[in-house]
Amino acid sequence: MTIRVADAAHSPSFQKAAIPLLQDTQLRANVRHATDVIQRKRAAVVGETPDWQELRSAASAIKAHTLRYLDDYLLQFEQACTAAGGHVHWAADADDANRIIAGLIRQYGGNEIIKIKTMTSDETRLNDALEHESIRAHETDLAELIIQLGHDKPSHIVVPALHKNRNQVREIFREQMHLPELGNKPEDLTAAARHYLREKFLSVKIGLCGANFLVADTGSVCIVESEGNGRMCLTLPDVLISIAGIEKIIPAFQDLEVFLQLLPRSATGERMNPYNSLWAGVHPGDGPKHFHVVLLDNGRTSVLADREARQTLHCIRCAACLNTCPVYRQTGGHAYGSSYAGPIGAIVTPQLLGMESAQSLPYASSLCGACYEVCPVKINIPEVLIHLRGRVVREQKPALDPEALAMKTAAAIFTSRRRFEAAQRMGRLGQWPLVSHGWMKNLPGMLGNWTRVRDLRALPLQTFREWWKQRHHSERKAGNA
Amino acid sequence: LRVSLFITCYNDTLFPATGQAVVRLLERLGHTVEFPLDQTCCGQMHYNTGYQREAAPLMRRFVEIFRDAEAVCIPSSSCVAMIRDHYPLMAAEQSDPGLARAVDELLPRIYELTELLVHRFGVEDVGAAFPHRVTYHASCHSLRSLHLGDLPLRLLRNVRGIDLVDLPNVDRCCGFGGTFAIKMGDVSAAMLAEKMQDVESTRAKYVTAVDNSCLMHIFGGLHRRRTGIRTAHIAEILASTAEEPLEVPA
Repeated sequence: MTIRVADAAHSPSFQKAAIPLLQDTQLRANVRHATDVIQRKRAAVVGETPDWQELRSAASAIKAHTLRYLDDYLLQFEQACTAAGGHVHWAADADDANRIIAGLIRQYGGNEIIKIKTMTSDETRLNDALEHESIRAHETDLAELIIQLGHDKPSHIVVPALHKNRNQVREIFREQMHLPELGNKPEDLTAAARHYLREKFLSVKIGLCGANFLVADTGSVCIVESEGNGRMCLTLPDVLISIAGIEKIIPAFQDLEVFLQLLPRSATGERMNPYNSLWAGVHPGDGPKHFHVVLLDNGRTSVLADREARQTLHCIRCAACLNTCPVYRQTGGHAYGSSYAGPIGAIVTPQLLGMESAQSLPYASSLCGACYEVCPVKINIPEVLIHLRGRVVREQKPALDPEALAMKTAAAIFTSRRRFEAAQRMGRLGQWPLVSHGWMKNLPGMLGNWTRVRDLRALPLQTFREWWKQRHHSERKAGNA
Repeated sequence: LRVSLFITCYNDTLFPATGQAVVRLLERLGHTVEFPLDQTCCGQMHYNTGYQREAAPLMRRFVEIFRDAEAVCIPSSSCVAMIRDHYPLMAAEQSDPGLARAVDELLPRIYELTELLVHRFGVEDVGAAFPHRVTYHASCHSLRSLHLGDLPLRLLRNVRGIDLVDLPNVDRCCGFGGTFAIKMGDVSAAMLAEKMQDVESTRAKYVTAVDNSCLMHIFGGLHRRRTGIRTAHIAEILASTAEEPLEVPA
């Protein structure tokens, strides 16, 4: 089995990938502006929901329950979907899913598809796989279209082109759509996209989508979106294929009551998405004639096996954690080297890849906890990050790793008062070659990362415990006199 | 009350003035302070960096040293968070029911300094004086793990002569994050730059917080930029009086 999460297995480490991004002032300004706007909108619509915390708890409980009985619910979904006239396919990994989808497109005699934004298809690199089979995929979500035409990669789960501003978008459209006179007003850009896409909506016979939710008891698929491109792709083609991770399942239609309140508020700061589509199977004379669902594992069952980390699979991909994350705010999404950026990406990607790759990602967080606070399904991301750091250390680090040796030495020092006090004295003595006027400005080795932008005050002449001992010594002397 | 002070390893070594201020403050309020000399570190750095196995003996050590304390005062919210959020699970994993019980019994007696003052002692005016312009940095653990809310601000507002100004984006991380500041140095630096901009916009002379770890990072940046802005742990401001003002090292 080959598990793939976009190019994450071969992406550079987070700290390395961050360097050029931190120097891109335009990108950083775009990211800050966009995330600030979404956060403000989110705060307003969350603030007006009096039972927000109860909704979060309910969602978390539903997801925990679903994962406990995931096999049952998946089979129930398969049965209900099939009964409604749909077809369910099981894909063990990314290649499997891509092969199944390419096969279906060929089976229906197609050589192009129209797509709704689906991060799962970015995870499997579906477009590249289809291209190899000479099948053209047309992205119809505005942001995905920008990414596709600009030969770029998504940098955000909900707003994939968030790192581009409208002038940059205009440049891409001008060149790729051959529109030299295109303006930079939002109306100009959407009109250009609309014109470009309309022809595809009306001519392409196969549509591909993801799934926000798979409903086990009715066999329904739910898609929420803002642009109406989804509605076009779901209703106009003859054939509709949905690719969805197995964690997208929820037990009952009624559960949507919880999730459809949480998702739009968390994702785009809206009370409700402009377009909410729900369907089961096929209906004669209405919509696609053939409907297929590809259920994707691609590492998810191994995430499920990890007791501390399985809450990762609660995720409904709202990206609220990205918008609030102070690390994402600085780098944008490309530093995470995966379809999934931000705090959730930092826990999803390495787990799907079995912890063998993307090992820097669990460390791409200051553990500030802002992500957990906004998460609509209460994933304790900082806890999972710490747990995954433990797995990196225990399962992946070589025995003689310098960091591991330093940490073990420090632990040995802290388990003995005598050693701790000796280390304090040695630090004070050893620091002098590095100290100038009471400060250290250029430390060696890893600590140089500290003094690159920060000074460090020299260790004081007396530790607290030395002061304490001295004070009590003199008090005792005064008492004896 | 007899208060056992857990000073924390980095305050002990790097910020003795904070510990001295805590002692002065608690004694001024009429309490007895004791300092068990066997104490070292709560294990936070190890735990958060992935060395959970190495952190376990440090948890055991902490519990043994403080299990009989009437109240434990800790002038660091991240160390309190380590103890409250992680010790119960760590103890459970040791399959030692005695240890797990000891942790459960000890936790209600663990106080971050401002919690001790306001919740345990019911004091919001500690009789301090600090005639300077000050801005308060809310550390992430104090906000999102301890949920201190406005406890530190209530104490600061009662300080004589203080000119307390709000820090913009007060709930945003400063970028310290323990070993994050080293491992992800460039990102940490970018976060710090933004925090320093917010600090400078307040025209405060001092930045205070309940954690010296954030302050070490923030002051390190401010000093490098020669801004002249200083940092002081909240204990140092609360210990400061008209007769005995805060001593500022050169």
